[in-house]
Amino acid sequence: MNDLLNQLRLVGDWLASSKQWHGDGGIPQRLLEHLTYSGLSLLFAALIGLSLGLLVGHTGRGAFAVAGVANLARAIPTFGLVVLVVTLAGLSTTPVLVALVALAVPPILINTFEGVRGVDPATRDAARGVGMTEWQVLVRAEVPMALPLILLGLRIAAIQVVATATVAAYPGLGGLGRFIVDGLSRNDYELVIGGSALVVVLALVVQIVFAALRRTIVSPGLRATVSKS
Amino acid sequence: MSDGEPLVRWQWIGDHAGELADYTGIHLRLGLLPVLFGLIISVPLGILCHRRRWLYGPVLTVANILYSIPSLALFMIFVKYTGLTERTVMIPLTLYTLSVLVPNVVDGLASVPEPVRQAATALGFGPIRRVVQVELPIAVPIVIAGVRVAAVSSISLVAVGQLIGQGGLGYYITRGLQLDFPTPIVTAIVLIMLLALTTDALLVLAQRLLTPWSRSKVTAS
Repeated sequence: MNDLLNQLRLVGDWLASSKQWHGDGGIPQRLLEHLTYSGLSLLFAALIGLSLGLLVGHTGRGAFAVAGVANLARAIPTFGLVVLVVTLAGLSTTPVLVALVALAVPPILINTFEGVRGVDPATRDAARGVGMTEWQVLVRAEVPMALPLILLGLRIAAIQVVATATVAAYPGLGGLGRFIVDGLSRNDYELVIGGSALVVVLALVVQIVFAALRRTIVSPGLRATVSKS
Repeated sequence: MSDGEPLVRWQWIGDHAGELADYTGIHLRLGLLPVLFGLIISVPLGILCHRRRWLYGPVLTVANILYSIPSLALFMIFVKYTGLTERTVMIPLTLYTLSVLVPNVVDGLASVPEPVRQAATALGFGPIRRVVQVELPIAVPIVIAGVRVAAVSSISLVAVGQLIGQGGLGYYITRGLQLDFPTPIVTAIVLIMLLALTTDALLVLAQRLLTPWSRSKVTAS
């Protein structure tokens, strides 16, 4: 317990020293980098994963391929992929972003697909029965009912992206992982633990954002049923 | 990387076969022991959450929060206590498995039909014997579906441990970057994926052997 307090004091000291808050390589710059990498790749992954997932879920075609992709994607060591991309393409942001997108698509794709697939066929038929077009069935019936799982997929992808953006500091990218990697190579534990604390806080904020999203956009009638991982 | 360097130099793989096998063994240990520990924690915890429903929400929230913390940061927090040892990698990986294993144990127990539970009680099974001999076997397919997800993720995450010197095959990932030489990196990625997918296939097989009655309906999540 004392150790924990010491760690917290270390984090506090590091955060309090004003040099961390200014200029090149300061906390604001690193945080902005981290948010840019994560936000951009999540955005692109969502565009790809959502549209494919909705398409496959609605039509039922390609379901087998989706399950295969999801399984394969979980097996990819993200750290290895990012390092490989930097080794092959050199140290620039775009190739790493492409890798982050590739890693974030599968969880969004599979959960969107399962969400839409899991809609009760009777509900789908009822939607058609009241005269909805296929597009309306998708947008007004299937998507709202699939929202809990769609949000889960986005949340898992966000966790993945924030974590991988952290290890991307190892082959030389910016972001909050920079503090951890630099601290490790300089044997500066204060820097390591300060950087880790920032990463933890960012991860928690992401969780809170998703919890809030779920409360605001998921229909109240569906909230109790979400437990699938 | 210098121009003309191929993605894979087969010669290198041949020269390092023995060493690669050693690191593969370490990698499996670092990846799979946490799943075992996770299961040892999750089964009793899941049973408890199944019995005392109010516990489930808070337990799941804590497990999900732990899962959301990036591995690199979590490793660093444990370095202070367990040093640059294998434990520093295995403790966070164990914590990560809880977010899949606990819900799957709870869902598995919830999948036991009420008449089965009542029949077991009527046959004189006490609460503990009923859980061990009746409810858990019925929960096996759902629990194993969770173990598959946990094992595959755990094996692929081990590599990050290389940043504290304990990454199994992750050793070749950092080595390849230092040497600006892609072969070790590609080899490590392929081997890690093979380990993960083989483990996954073996778990499917184990489930079929453990639950001969449910061969027709294998569930995977």
